[in-house]
Amino acid sequence: MKQWHIFLAFFKVGMLGYGGGPSSIPLVKKEVVETYKWLDDEEFANILALGNSLPGPIATKMAGYIGYRVSGIIGMVNAVLATIIPTIVIMIFLLTFLASMSEQPWVKGMTQAVVPVVGVMLAVLTYDFLKKAKGGLGWTLTIALAVISGLLIEIAGLHPGILIGLLLVYALVKPIKSKEQSDEKGRGKMTS
Amino acid sequence: MNYWQIFLAFFIPGIVGYGGGPASIPLVENEVVGRFHWMSVQDFSEMLAMANALPGPIATKMAGFIGFQQGGVLGTVVGVFATVAPSLILMIVLLSVLNKFKDSPKVKTMTALIRPTIAILLGGMAYSFFHTSYVDVGIWQTILLVAGSFILLEKVKLNPAIVIVFALVYGGVFLGS
Repeated sequence: MKQWHIFLAFFKVGMLGYGGGPSSIPLVKKEVVETYKWLDDEEFANILALGNSLPGPIATKMAGYIGYRVSGIIGMVNAVLATIIPTIVIMIFLLTFLASMSEQPWVKGMTQAVVPVVGVMLAVLTYDFLKKAKGGLGWTLTIALAVISGLLIEIAGLHPGILIGLLLVYALVKPIKSKEQSDEKGRGKMTS
Repeated sequence: MNYWQIFLAFFIPGIVGYGGGPASIPLVENEVVGRFHWMSVQDFSEMLAMANALPGPIATKMAGFIGFQQGGVLGTVVGVFATVAPSLILMIVLLSVLNKFKDSPKVKTMTALIRPTIAILLGGMAYSFFHTSYVDVGIWQTILLVAGSFILLEKVKLNPAIVIVFALVYGGVFLGS
């Protein structure tokens, strides 16, 4: 019965989670905290905070970890599969169907019309990332990093994974400034 | 060998894709279009549009579909595993340790520092999509579709799935000649 509940909870999240990972977070919370009471609010917040600070898709990290917490490895596999399988099946089916009709002029028109729309979605995401970066780093550093990344990736042909890896290592080994020490004091107060 | 390539193509975006699904889109494109030449820009944008119009996490939808195209059902399994497993294992193993550091300035700096790079990757992709569209349907159709979808997405705040459906219908009726 428990495995069935795990499956149901994450199946619902997967099917209703329009708009990518972040949009599924409130849905996960509703299922695991309110409906099935597997976790309390604080535990859920902790999982979310940690999930956000690790790489990889957030929806499967949360599903996998919560499934594991509730009923071990089988729970973990169950929750991850329930999150991802339904939509992958739909997608393979639809795109294979579309590909088989790809010589039809109306299908060509459809696929051509979608390209600029996705371009707009990506441009909006670009702007969101720049705005968020500005909030954390300020304009000077954001623009400098953006320009340097652009040159290294587009002109010098560096693999973006290497650049991101280097930035992450730099953040880890960088000496802590005085501003960050005051942040640590604030944190000490919070946890005590 | 092909399965090993599928694994690599999704392992790298999974492990360096900080900042959730959207952050991993340009990384997947880099592997799938740029490195392994499994898809053209046109194919990729078509898949991305479809993936955006369906519910569920975007990274695993892409991995599952491209894996299927390249290596059937086993390819799907390999692609999804490479996307999901590394970060999930990390999460379970490190939870107790990292939980203490979730407010750490270092973890916060890590997320902040890579944002401009992700922005450049997304911006580059947006540009190549606009360029493909300009080559295929010309400047006026491109401007019309860009302006129309921007207004519907950002001003009217329509669900992206509905905007994609509008674009499909428009393309089927007006561009299919």
